[in-house]
Amino acid sequence: MSPAVEPITGRAWVFGDSLNTDAMYPAHAMKLDLAEAAKHVFYQVRPGWTDLVQPGDIVVAGKNFGVGSSRPVANLFQHLGVAALIAEEFNSLFLRNAINAGLPALTVPGATTFFSDGDTATLDVTTGRYANESTGVEERTAPLPDLVLDIIGNGGVLPMLARAGYLPEAVAGLLLNGAVTISATSAA
Amino acid sequence: MGMTMIEKLLARKAALPLVQAGDTVVVDVDMCVLIDLQFATTWVQPLKIADPDRVTVVMDHAVPAPSLKDATGGTHARAFVKAFGIERFYDVGRHGICHEVIAENGLARPGEVLACTDSHTCAAGAYNTAARGLGPVEMYAILCTGSTWFQVAPTVRYELTGRLPEHVSGKDVFLHIAATWGDATNQNLEYGGPGLASVPMNDRRTIATQGAEVSADFSTFGVDDVLRSFLAERGVTGFEAADADDDATYLDVRAVDLDDLEPYVARPGTVSKNGVPVSQIERRRLDQAFIGSCANGQLEDLRIAAEILDGRQVAPGVRLLVTPASQQVYREAMRAGYLQSLADAGAVVTNSTCGACFGYHMGVLGPGEVCLTSSTRNFTGRMGSTEAEIFMASPATVAASAVAGYITDPRSLT
Repeated sequence: MSPAVEPITGRAWVFGDSLNTDAMYPAHAMKLDLAEAAKHVFYQVRPGWTDLVQPGDIVVAGKNFGVGSSRPVANLFQHLGVAALIAEEFNSLFLRNAINAGLPALTVPGATTFFSDGDTATLDVTTGRYANESTGVEERTAPLPDLVLDIIGNGGVLPMLARAGYLPEAVAGLLLNGAVTISATSAA
Repeated sequence: MGMTMIEKLLARKAALPLVQAGDTVVVDVDMCVLIDLQFATTWVQPLKIADPDRVTVVMDHAVPAPSLKDATGGTHARAFVKAFGIERFYDVGRHGICHEVIAENGLARPGEVLACTDSHTCAAGAYNTAARGLGPVEMYAILCTGSTWFQVAPTVRYELTGRLPEHVSGKDVFLHIAATWGDATNQNLEYGGPGLASVPMNDRRTIATQGAEVSADFSTFGVDDVLRSFLAERGVTGFEAADADDDATYLDVRAVDLDDLEPYVARPGTVSKNGVPVSQIERRRLDQAFIGSCANGQLEDLRIAAEILDGRQVAPGVRLLVTPASQQVYREAMRAGYLQSLADAGAVVTNSTCGACFGYHMGVLGPGEVCLTSSTRNFTGRMGSTEAEIFMASPATVAASAVAGYITDPRSLT
């Protein structure tokens, strides 16, 4: 059994609807290493945001969050220190990428009105509880399925594969110590 | 209680009597397709994989390598296929865009599950396959373990009637659907009805491919005589089709009368609720026109473009790029004379790659430029500058517009 996924509290950054993967991980950034690529997240919709976001912050978005390609945008968010994603509606490929990277993500109806930019948000993907600490309002939605919680609790699928003996020992050791993350740039 | 096509397919694969929207299923993956980009960044070769016979590696997104990073990815890919004895390796020269390679080689089989690193993997839904794009990390996990999980979304069915009119293609069907009904986030799409028989396989694949642009999960077509003969020509036999039950539960059933359709164009940014018939669009001058991609670089697309461009010239000030979807398409189009007609008209015919479609290499747009593309996405910044405008239409419309110099109804030229 995986470690429990603890509730997360952080500063909310609120974005709009239909933010696509080209807006978060444009093709020209795919030519760069992770640190440089991460500077391009939301480069057209909110220039300069990557200089402002702090470790532990939470990204809140509207409908159809992450429509587009299989590019591992979640890795860029993790590189920036983003602790969790909340959206009114996720593209399923984008959501799976977050889960498989071990990044908690929760669908919250009306999230972009429930939270305002700069509010302190709490979410608990295990129970479905979410709260706006700035307004003092809390609600509950469907928690994530056990299978998904297990992946997130393990820190994503790569640590699970490392434990199961699929990866070379040296890489597995680094992964399980949290020293590195492996990612792969992809795709159109 | 009845099931939709995709529910039936996933139930069978998960060995469950019934699967419905909202269920989470664990299934074995019949074919795991890795693309070049998977190997280009921090690739770590696994110690063991589930089954080399269920793995395909395709070089497509960045070939021939435009950068050192991509060249290194190729080196990793070649070492990987050698180490594990992967026989289905489509290296540069016998390569193509993965969804075309999957189709040509019969790798997507009715009733089976196919996973690939590219988001347009839903293309293989045209062959009654549960196929979808998955992220590189998840594909790596499938490579190792041979299985994955799906949360089953509700299904919307498109019931096609009538016949596709001349100069109207699968692209127009899709653009009409996207313009009318918009996004299908967390929905599966299913296509059927008496009109389907008039929709050839290349058009079905265009429609299935572009399910990704309306954010759908799986796009699935049923097995009919058109598909059966397509599969037979590619040696695909012994499959079990996934048919929808008569009493299946749908989120919505929507009628599309093919007789009423005309060429469509989507305005820049998105295809969702953003398209109009070409006959209604304002006169927009073009800097670039592009025919290619997994959606519309198929042999039939090149034939249509070549027939329109034969004996004509691309308008001054317009760059027309044509990218065959695979090396096989390239060779057949050359043999048939299509490439000659295209080049004689002033088109640049490129090697097969994802290239211009995702703005990674070749055909990148500059600020202020206007492009009409038959490829997959018209997102802002997709093909280069965020200040470029990308309109989307069928290969026929792109070819006719390249001649006119502005977005033009192909029926006006023929």
